[in-house]
Amino acid sequence: MRVAASSRRKAMGLIAAAPLSACARPTAGSTKLRFWAMGREGEVVQALLPAFERANPGISVSVQQLPWSAAHEKLLTAFAGDDLPDVGQIGNTWLPEFVALGAVDRLDEAVSASPDIRAGDYFAGIWATNVVGGGLYGIPWYVDTRLLFYRPDLLARAGQGAAPVTWAQWLAAMRAIKAGAGPGQFAALLPLNEYEPLLALALQQSDPLITPEGRGNFRSPGFERALRFYADIFALGLAPVATDSEIANVWSEFGAGRFAFYISGPWNIGEFKRRLPASQQGAWMTAPLPGPGGPGASIAGGSSLVVFNRSRHKAAAWRLIEHLSAPEVQARFHALTGDLPPRRSAWSAPGLAGDIYARAFRDQLERVKPVPKIPEWERIATEMGLVAEEVVRRGLAIDRAAAELDRRADAILEKHRWMLARGRA
Amino acid sequence: MKASSAGWVFAAPALAVIGVFFFLPVAAGLMLSFTDFDIYVLANLHNLRFIGLGNYRHLLETPLFWRALGNTLYFVVVGVPLSMAASLGAALLLNSKLALLRPAFRTALFAPVVTTLVAAAVVWRYLFHARYGLIDYALGAFGVRPIDWLGDPHWAMPAIIVFAVWKNFGYNMVIFLAGLQTIPEDLDEAARIDGASAWQRLRFVTLPSLAPVILLVSILTIAGHFQLFAEPYVMTQGGPLQSTVSVLYFMYDEGFKWWNLGSASAVAFMLFLVMFALTMAQLSLARRGDVR
Repeated sequence: MRVAASSRRKAMGLIAAAPLSACARPTAGSTKLRFWAMGREGEVVQALLPAFERANPGISVSVQQLPWSAAHEKLLTAFAGDDLPDVGQIGNTWLPEFVALGAVDRLDEAVSASPDIRAGDYFAGIWATNVVGGGLYGIPWYVDTRLLFYRPDLLARAGQGAAPVTWAQWLAAMRAIKAGAGPGQFAALLPLNEYEPLLALALQQSDPLITPEGRGNFRSPGFERALRFYADIFALGLAPVATDSEIANVWSEFGAGRFAFYISGPWNIGEFKRRLPASQQGAWMTAPLPGPGGPGASIAGGSSLVVFNRSRHKAAAWRLIEHLSAPEVQARFHALTGDLPPRRSAWSAPGLAGDIYARAFRDQLERVKPVPKIPEWERIATEMGLVAEEVVRRGLAIDRAAAELDRRADAILEKHRWMLARGRA
Repeated sequence: MKASSAGWVFAAPALAVIGVFFFLPVAAGLMLSFTDFDIYVLANLHNLRFIGLGNYRHLLETPLFWRALGNTLYFVVVGVPLSMAASLGAALLLNSKLALLRPAFRTALFAPVVTTLVAAAVVWRYLFHARYGLIDYALGAFGVRPIDWLGDPHWAMPAIIVFAVWKNFGYNMVIFLAGLQTIPEDLDEAARIDGASAWQRLRFVTLPSLAPVILLVSILTIAGHFQLFAEPYVMTQGGPLQSTVSVLYFMYDEGFKWWNLGSASAVAFMLFLVMFALTMAQLSLARRGDVR
């Protein structure tokens, strides 16, 4: 539009205005730490800071809250403008990118000197997302993974016992549920606009998705097996061919029994508790993701805390990370947000240990795998979702889809290979 | 000193400003479009490569670019005539001697142009809401089933067009109004005495007299509509199913989401070429019309 240029600035202004109001905290000490956090976490973390400031007189923290939708752009722009804060929350899949930029500090030494942060206490898969090229660059703050939300009552009605553990059991359960389902009812919901369910199935395979030489490895037997299993669920009519927005209300449809399995993340524990009526509260449960031949892996997602390397207050920044990583602070953080802690010791807090829906996550977190640690991964994953949609909607053959994915990944990774060849990546 | 060189001296300050703040960045952007500027270059300038027309070639092979171009053309082809018809209609009504309270209506119809786009878009998002929206509520009175305006790939672009027309028609309306007021009343009167109907007077007296203004407005409006960005950015984020990704939105993602500034610059120049060609075609059409 004619007014586009100026209104884009206005749109940015609106986004930028939100953090301004959040950093009105008065300066108490000599060191003023700038901390950027995203979305709900950025809002809630304010409540965890007074204790830190009491314990560390002389350090005050000002939090800038970024909306998730603009966070990545804002971090990169801040890097380009040399305006990054001291500490930040970063989606752990973004970390390789910021390491490539040289924007974040290595934390290995700080961890080995720290009495509180011990790698062994963290879930291995989550910790691994922060290790890029042999160096540690972030401390996990909370974790995010995908597993099964399911309806035990529908499973029982279809003559199935406990939640499925293998792909074969899962498929059998879905077929049984679909056989007894009415018109418009399905066994599972895998929204086509989300690539995560397919990604989780693909991570269960032993083949890497990207080769060390920087090429797509989607034609591997492992990925093709995962894609075929995923596509079969749709081809057999077990899941509706639909995106998220075509399902008007996932929660009420799940409550109404329109589907019995739904692959989703921890935030939906809170949503289902809040949105389903009391009469349906006993009718849903969570279970670890089934794997090809037994309990399967899932995605190691979540956010990490990093120290930006242009910071002039690195010691204070590290102390803030230690504070936010303390098990009791993590338990409080969970109570405030529902975010799952990455440390095993934080899981013994009563709020979590007593939560029957969180149990499956606790189990799953022992089996999470990082996504390929390259800056281009998010873009490749987006392409993976689009090609999978072609398979499901237009019947693109599995081997051709895999070849197409390799082609796209190779094109995206061209610069990455060039960097590798020069020893710069 | 010759008169022409004196002219250059007087124009020099303005030219310098335009040179530094317009031509230089454009030239830099053009250079950028021949490189593979990305995050690796952001880390270290040594990682920059000149790849000639590589970005352009790659774009032509990118389905999403064509999709974005298609979406933008849809917006232009449907949105521009609608917007101009709304502007002209409103201007004709305001120009009518029968209209009461003309200044008040003129102000009211111009108001959307000066409101903040983001604020207006937020309000319209409520209006378009599938469950609580006023628009579906009103359509429901005519027995129309609720439409998920911003969530349905088929309806998202029409919804954005409706919003954009509402937001912008006032601007062209004012230009049309000024044009209408320059048409001598005698012409209209003479036609009326000759027995021409209202429609005939509009078709054969008013519109021909307004032709230069219509050409100007159409060029400005088409150029403006090609730059669709803020509406989908605020209302749909390009979704659902990439049905509202415009060329500028694609460029924004390419540049600031994936940080491929080289490729994003190439998108900008492609869009420039498309708009330039269209404007030239429009002008030559108009010129041919004049000759006839």
